[in-house]
Amino acid sequence: MNDTQARELVLNALADVAPEIDTATFDPDTSLRDGAELDSMDFLAYVSGVSEVLDIDVPEDDYSRLDTVNSAVAYVVEKAGA
Amino acid sequence: MGMFLMPSLGADMDEGTLLEWMVAPGDEVKKGQVVAVIDTAKSAIDVEVFESGVVAELMIEPGTLVPVGTPLARIEAQGAGKAAAEPAAEPELAAEPKPVPEPVPMPAAEPELAAEPKPAAEPVPADPLPHLAPPIRHLMHQFGLKPGDVRGSGPGGQITRKDVLAAAGESGGITVAAPVSNIAPPPAPPSRPRVTPRARRLAQQRGVDLSALQAKGPVTGADVESFTPKAKTPVDRSAAMRKATAALMSRAAREIPHYYVVNTFDITDTLAWLREFNAGRKPRDRVLPAVLFLRATVLAAQAVPEMNGTWKDEFVASAGVDLGVAVATRSGGLVTPRIMDAQKLDLGGLMAQLTDLVKRAKAGRLKASELQPGSITVSSLADNGPDLLYGVIYPPQVALVGVGGVGPRPFVVDGELAVRTTATVTVSADHRATDGRTGARFLTAFGKALTHPEEL
Repeated sequence: MNDTQARELVLNALADVAPEIDTATFDPDTSLRDGAELDSMDFLAYVSGVSEVLDIDVPEDDYSRLDTVNSAVAYVVEKAGA
Repeated sequence: MGMFLMPSLGADMDEGTLLEWMVAPGDEVKKGQVVAVIDTAKSAIDVEVFESGVVAELMIEPGTLVPVGTPLARIEAQGAGKAAAEPAAEPELAAEPKPVPEPVPMPAAEPELAAEPKPAAEPVPADPLPHLAPPIRHLMHQFGLKPGDVRGSGPGGQITRKDVLAAAGESGGITVAAPVSNIAPPPAPPSRPRVTPRARRLAQQRGVDLSALQAKGPVTGADVESFTPKAKTPVDRSAAMRKATAALMSRAAREIPHYYVVNTFDITDTLAWLREFNAGRKPRDRVLPAVLFLRATVLAAQAVPEMNGTWKDEFVASAGVDLGVAVATRSGGLVTPRIMDAQKLDLGGLMAQLTDLVKRAKAGRLKASELQPGSITVSSLADNGPDLLYGVIYPPQVALVGVGGVGPRPFVVDGELAVRTTATVTVSADHRATDGRTGARFLTAFGKALTHPEEL
């Protein structure tokens, strides 16, 4: 999976959880929990979305790596490529 | 035969707008079936019918604001002879059985109302968007789109958010409906003003209702920027929500003599246990720490039933634990839907219910039965900073559990000072119903459950 595909996947998962976010203009380095104010339930739904589309496990210890769009893209590329 | 009345969806509601009929005259309805969508100050609510029968007559037009108790539809018992669709009810008829002010037409129709304005006598199609996710359905309403207008690109032809936005762009604008009321003549056919993409984006960002804008030519970004909302726009919605919360909380402060008991619990081991519990599970099946507090509340409510119920001149204990959960909506307001018979659910079951409830509360799609008062409420700020929360009780309940932020704090363990992960829990209780001793017993039971997770 390349960077572009991973980005689309992450943004889709995010859009499902927070429909009010405009994914086209959203700053990919914003913290989703602090900056975009996803609460723990939103964040879990977003992690679930990424995990299910990729069919990979995302352990709780890895949650922090999904906290910005850019870091999540890197995580997805790494996980999907492995 | 029975009248289907504008329900009171919570102690703070005295009027509501009928948004949409999900049934048409002649339709058979079953007890518990969603028959209408009602817009309250707080959100759009799916309203169920409480008896089976046949819809004889829809008495109120979508878009009409009426007081609680106003008859909305006539439902006849089966076999009582099906009445054909009748013309719109006379205002006199609608005023039975108790006198109510004349229905107030909406000043400028909300986007949801723009969907399909029709004369009252014309049957409304049954649920026009049967298998769409509520947020998508809501979005389509906002743009005045019908399922046929949108081509689905998702799995199995499912309609996604992108599809709706794309279709809205193609259609070149938003349907504007004339104000609808049950005494007005049939509204004029909707016109379709053109809206520039920038105007649409701005309107979305600012929560401006495009149908409320009046422009001679196409609606431009400047029109949106200079627009001051007068009508019932989303901006007004949060003001109305504020007002509803204000009324209910004022009543609580006026009527309920609150007392508070507070304790800080070391949940380091409980959270370690939860990590273990979640380790083997898929993300969607994992349980959030918030659910531990819900479960502890349920167990404490069962151990100390004097705290679980309502006050109506005297305390009435509740048989089950109908657990109210305070949920902040995306627009900044507050709703407290309930989880019925929460004592029957384990951690996983509570998590599933909470997920579903929060999702629908945020999307503004709760069911009427979920908005009836629960028997006790939990309010949690665990995701944000505050150390503790002194909550105000939801009338007519007699207790509220406030959960403060979870984090590392100094704590004494075995006579030594240690850094532990703690949470401070406040129980607000009604002094008419109980005394401090009872509150303390409740808090002790709560702490015992919270610190013995294997028994949760």
